[in-house]
Amino acid sequence: MTSVSLSKTTEPARVRRFFALVRKETFQLLRDPSSILIAFVLPVVLLFLFGYGVSLDTGQTRIGLVIEEQTPLAGDLAASFRGSRYFDVETGRDRREFDAKLVSGEIRGIVIIPAGFTSDFAAGMNPQIQVIVDGSDTNTAGFVQNYAQGVIAGWVAIRLADMGVQKDGSASAISVEQRFWFNPELTSRFFLVPGSIAIVMTLVGTLLTSLVIAREWERGTMEAIMATPVTSAELLMGKILPYFVLGILSMTLCVIIAVFLFGVPFRGSIFALYLLSAAFLVPALGQGLLISAATKNQFLASQLALISAFLPAFLLSGFLFEINSMPVVIQWITFVVPARYLIPSLQTLFLAGDIWPMFLKAMAVMLFIGSVFFVLAARSTRKRID
Amino acid sequence: MTDRIPSTDDDARSEFVRLADVSKSFGQAAQALKDVSGIISGGRITGLVGPDGAGKTTLIRLITGLMQPDGGSINVLGFDTKLHAPSIQALIGYMPQRFGLYEDLTVQENLNLYADLRSLPLGERPAAFDELLTFTDLKRFTGRLAGQLSGGMKQKLGLACALLKKPRLLLLDEPGVGVDPISRRDLWKMVKDLTKDGIGVLWSTAYLDEAEACDKVLLLNKGELLFSGPPADLTNRVKDRVFKFTGISGSRRQALSKILEQQGVVDGVIQGDAVRIVTSAEAKRSELTKIAGNTAKIRATEPRFEDAFVDMLGGGPGGRSKLAEAATRLDDQNGKPVIEAHGLTKNFGDFTAAKDITFDIPRGQIFGLLGPNGAGKSTTFKMLCGLLKPTQGEGRVAGFDLRRDGAEARNRLGYMAQKFSLYGDLSVGQNLDFFAGVYGLSGSRKRERISLMNEIFSFAARDNLPAKDLPLGLKQRLALACAVMHEPEALFLDEPTSGVDPITRREFWTHINGLVEKGVTVLVTTHFMDEAEYCDRISLIYRGRSIALGSPDELKAGVATKTQPDPTMEDAFIALVEASEREAAA
Repeated sequence: MTSVSLSKTTEPARVRRFFALVRKETFQLLRDPSSILIAFVLPVVLLFLFGYGVSLDTGQTRIGLVIEEQTPLAGDLAASFRGSRYFDVETGRDRREFDAKLVSGEIRGIVIIPAGFTSDFAAGMNPQIQVIVDGSDTNTAGFVQNYAQGVIAGWVAIRLADMGVQKDGSASAISVEQRFWFNPELTSRFFLVPGSIAIVMTLVGTLLTSLVIAREWERGTMEAIMATPVTSAELLMGKILPYFVLGILSMTLCVIIAVFLFGVPFRGSIFALYLLSAAFLVPALGQGLLISAATKNQFLASQLALISAFLPAFLLSGFLFEINSMPVVIQWITFVVPARYLIPSLQTLFLAGDIWPMFLKAMAVMLFIGSVFFVLAARSTRKRID
Repeated sequence: MTDRIPSTDDDARSEFVRLADVSKSFGQAAQALKDVSGIISGGRITGLVGPDGAGKTTLIRLITGLMQPDGGSINVLGFDTKLHAPSIQALIGYMPQRFGLYEDLTVQENLNLYADLRSLPLGERPAAFDELLTFTDLKRFTGRLAGQLSGGMKQKLGLACALLKKPRLLLLDEPGVGVDPISRRDLWKMVKDLTKDGIGVLWSTAYLDEAEACDKVLLLNKGELLFSGPPADLTNRVKDRVFKFTGISGSRRQALSKILEQQGVVDGVIQGDAVRIVTSAEAKRSELTKIAGNTAKIRATEPRFEDAFVDMLGGGPGGRSKLAEAATRLDDQNGKPVIEAHGLTKNFGDFTAAKDITFDIPRGQIFGLLGPNGAGKSTTFKMLCGLLKPTQGEGRVAGFDLRRDGAEARNRLGYMAQKFSLYGDLSVGQNLDFFAGVYGLSGSRKRERISLMNEIFSFAARDNLPAKDLPLGLKQRLALACAVMHEPEALFLDEPTSGVDPITRREFWTHINGLVEKGVTVLVTTHFMDEAEYCDRISLIYRGRSIALGSPDELKAGVATKTQPDPTMEDAFIALVEASEREAAA
């Protein structure tokens, strides 16, 4: 046995060590039901949840309708509100009747048909309808506002048509908007499914990766492996490759379900889809490595992964909540959330098609964030245990 | 074995590791290692000996290059650990405490992985695997997941993985912990064979009987090297100072307590029916009769490593237990046994964890359940405490079936769990307060008992320290205090002194002995053979069954042969297990 030459490992030895680690990781992955659960069962559950369960369109929202003047015209508009499938209407004569109910959340908005409504309308002026919404729940508030506008616009259009007034196209312009807003069920599902793909890849890339490395520390296998000639680069790459592949597989499963089961249109190219996903997995895996370098305990790793990766991907990515309506400080934070770049790109990819300038920019940012994570992780994962 | 290192004497005895003033500390805590210097040679087993927390694991990690010393330097096989860790890692085999195996990989997959990681050439593999699998007797199990192997088999597989690519230096971190004595003996033989090929072995252990068998030991205590050299050199320091008192009339526990208070006695322990003492260098032989009293016979006996270790640490604690002195005497009311087990059986699915365990313990006795990890001790223990429902049979404590009779019955027992399960984030005072509350103490009695515990165990100075930051010995004292605060009739001790230093162990047993003299009944589980010697009776538990029951001396006498006239507890265990296996095979 010669001792000196061993410090310089030959290429084949390096390659073999790397593949030994990949093989080991793959065996472990396949035998661990929890990885399969996270990578393949969870995505399906999540997609069904977002595809069927969650819809950002409210079904029937309770509102208060204040009719300040008792005229046939006002009564007609009120009837339109009552007839809307989006509203569950409670009628009153004074807005003060509804103030408390709005505060307590019993109703989500107040629509006021003011005194003078009939005369304004007759004079050809746009009728002034006041809509008061509960701004603490911005989503619902937005819907109440938009639906109320829709109801009014629809009513105006019908009125004008009845009156035989031809106001060159103004009615049809309203009806275009009406179709946009009143096709929400499909729209929100189409937007949510691509978003949930990002969530799933975050789970596989960050949560699962940080967990398996923490597990090696807990079981003492990391120590045994580190005392062999393996290098830290081999160790890290051997961990990452299997989970990269798993993330891509999991994403593929999501896309198949989305397109074939939910009928989400897929207008872009498969090439762009895989390229974007691969670029997203770089920061996701990097973050997983960083977490596991910071903590060597599975419980802590899972908490950190959920708080620093899963929740931001959910809340701060534009997936569920519009980034533009967030406070400015929070908007800044969203810039470091990789999912923020993936989700709009995927939505575009599915619904519009390949828009390369947008994709390239998103990929560049994701790769940049990823490389920062990797540099930090590599610096803290030296082959040392103290 | 192929590719042997020539084992001429010069070569084999060469210096493999040189430790020069090695120091290491972690954060604010006490220094883990203080100026340790020493040499580990090829072709020998060097024992790295010391209680838990002595710095053994830290030293091994420093030698692997996975940690760097704060001060001093370590040279391994010609390489400095600071500069050439990768070169060192290519030449060593390391088995960490939990063997470093992937439990979800099979035996063969574990071997393949380590063969790849250690770059064992493909051509050499079939021969190397065959040799190691034969050597470790694992050939039949290559397809089995490592997680489904027994403790002893895991340990052998861990060793096989560390031996791939024939290391020059083999580092074993507490390979004997929790493994049954037969596997431990097998492993020792295997490692001994390796040294014949010139491999240097570092075997770390908290068992002082293992130290005795090493070619050389490095004895660590609280991060300091106390001794370096052949174990016999240390043992010889107490030569002619070790005696056995036999034929003691009355209680051997009382006798020991008295003896320990005598001038000239450095250390004393109970060994079956006898008391073993170490006298100070100044003590004269003539004084011994005075120490022993009139009835006892005195016999000089072979010194052991532990005797010398305790002597070196300045002797054991005295024989008085303030805890026992403060305890109320429990009188034997009806002569009924305090703890009874009748045919206790527990099945988990089709696995029988304990089968037909029967014994009873009269008031004021210590009963031991002795066996390796996974033998069924804890299962039996938990059935008696009412924590597990027996599949069959019945267990009673102080006349109560703890599973049916609630808090009232439970207040009569004290429980000290393995590894001293205290609340690590609570301070010493808060732990005492909490356990006092849990056991139903309140008002002035609670205050009284807590202040008594503080006085007896001198916690006061550390009252505000979180329990997890206490030194091991103090943790153990605190756990004992929490378990006995409410003056229980029966005390359940789960591995109470595994890994603690011999001084703390003696102190602990002084308290227990004292309490037992006051009428407390004790059930103790242990895999530690020395601890069994303190028991009045023991039951050997092996693979879920009680294979022998009797006093330590009875069990030892039962296996004595011409070649082995004075067997140790471990010899007895091994002989009895082998006999029970022959019976099962027949």
